[in-house]
Amino acid sequence: MVTSTAHVRRIAAEVPDPEMPMIGIGDLGVLRDVVIEDDGRVVVNLTPTYSGCPAMEAIRADVLARLAEHGVHDAEVRLVLAPAWSTDRITPAGRAALRRHGIAPPGPAGSGPVPMQLTVRCPQCGSPDTRELSRFGSTACKALWTCSACHEPFDHVKAL
Amino acid sequence: MRSGNANSGTRWADAELTARAQPLVEYTLRLADDALVLSQRLGEWITRAPELEEDVALANIALDLLGQARALLTYAGQTEGAGRDEDALAYLRDDREFRNVLLVEQPNGDFAVTMARQLVFAAYQYELYDRLRASADQTLAAVAAKAVKEVAYHREHAALWVCRLGDGTDESRRRMVAGLDAVRPFVDELFDTDDLISQLGAVAVDPADLREPWAAYVDAVLTDVGLELPDPDHTARGGRLGLHGEALGYLLAEMQHLHRSHPGASW
Repeated sequence: MVTSTAHVRRIAAEVPDPEMPMIGIGDLGVLRDVVIEDDGRVVVNLTPTYSGCPAMEAIRADVLARLAEHGVHDAEVRLVLAPAWSTDRITPAGRAALRRHGIAPPGPAGSGPVPMQLTVRCPQCGSPDTRELSRFGSTACKALWTCSACHEPFDHVKAL
Repeated sequence: MRSGNANSGTRWADAELTARAQPLVEYTLRLADDALVLSQRLGEWITRAPELEEDVALANIALDLLGQARALLTYAGQTEGAGRDEDALAYLRDDREFRNVLLVEQPNGDFAVTMARQLVFAAYQYELYDRLRASADQTLAAVAAKAVKEVAYHREHAALWVCRLGDGTDESRRRMVAGLDAVRPFVDELFDTDDLISQLGAVAVDPADLREPWAAYVDAVLTDVGLELPDPDHTARGGRLGLHGEALGYLLAEMQHLHRSHPGASW
């Protein structure tokens, strides 16, 4: 069958992140690129978010399953460490999807080791009157915050 | 199954020979074992941390370290070329074959002892990875570039707690001082350099170069709340040579038991 890298990329990009299913791995920036080798084998390069992210194995399996559903059976997923993933790779569409689902998207990662923290707006009511409860949240990539205006706790994807 | 006491002396000698022949493997195991053993230790806090947020935080830090260890062990196995994968290296080596510093294998103690260890180690690992990003070895450089961003959060987490405990009640301060006393004997080993390091040249980071920036960070945190790292009444070393304390044996027994009882078990 005839496949193009753009076609395969579109299919793979829609694979949802297992821990944040409102966002696909394309918008999350985990999908690095797609290469079709000379023998027709499809190689999907992924970049892990955190070194220990337990979702990577699930994402790998989901990508292969989704490609197979679309008739791409000769495929392989490779993990690419460099350059390291950054939250700056999350697309504007991805950020909007996170916010819609009650997760405050990350600020710019910047160049320093620990990025400067800009105001985090409550994804529920939009208030900037929020504070961090814990730097480490429900997954490796998130911190736990709370809103002083509407008193709702919420997840915030940490700049990395 | 490769384990067994009868031939452990032989295998210890084998490991030494391998190390001399393959300095890159040996160096990678040092990095990997520091992360793996500390990850296992921090995992012991799960369901026992003083508050739920800390349970989650320590588990996340342990997970970061485990991820770093997995990448490094995999690479050590590939470089060695003897067919050992990350599981074989994590689960089928005995204590004498582990190359971690003694600091990371020390029992957790109370929360203040763990935070003292976290501050000391995360500050060290941060300076290490920050320089290892420029390693002549591309895989080590890539692992370090990823990990340094995670460790920046570990270091900050520990610094916040050391300040909070040091600046809190009389009791929390007493414990923080005791925590620093407890980890102090194991600090100097972090910065030991040896032939392996010089042999590897631009591939490795010389631990001795880390002491100054490490001290600048740690001292700033401690000075802020009127604490200081005490002079040690003794120093302990030997981890890089596989000479560990009793505590590592118990840690490995727990970590390795399932895999050794049921080789290849998965779920």
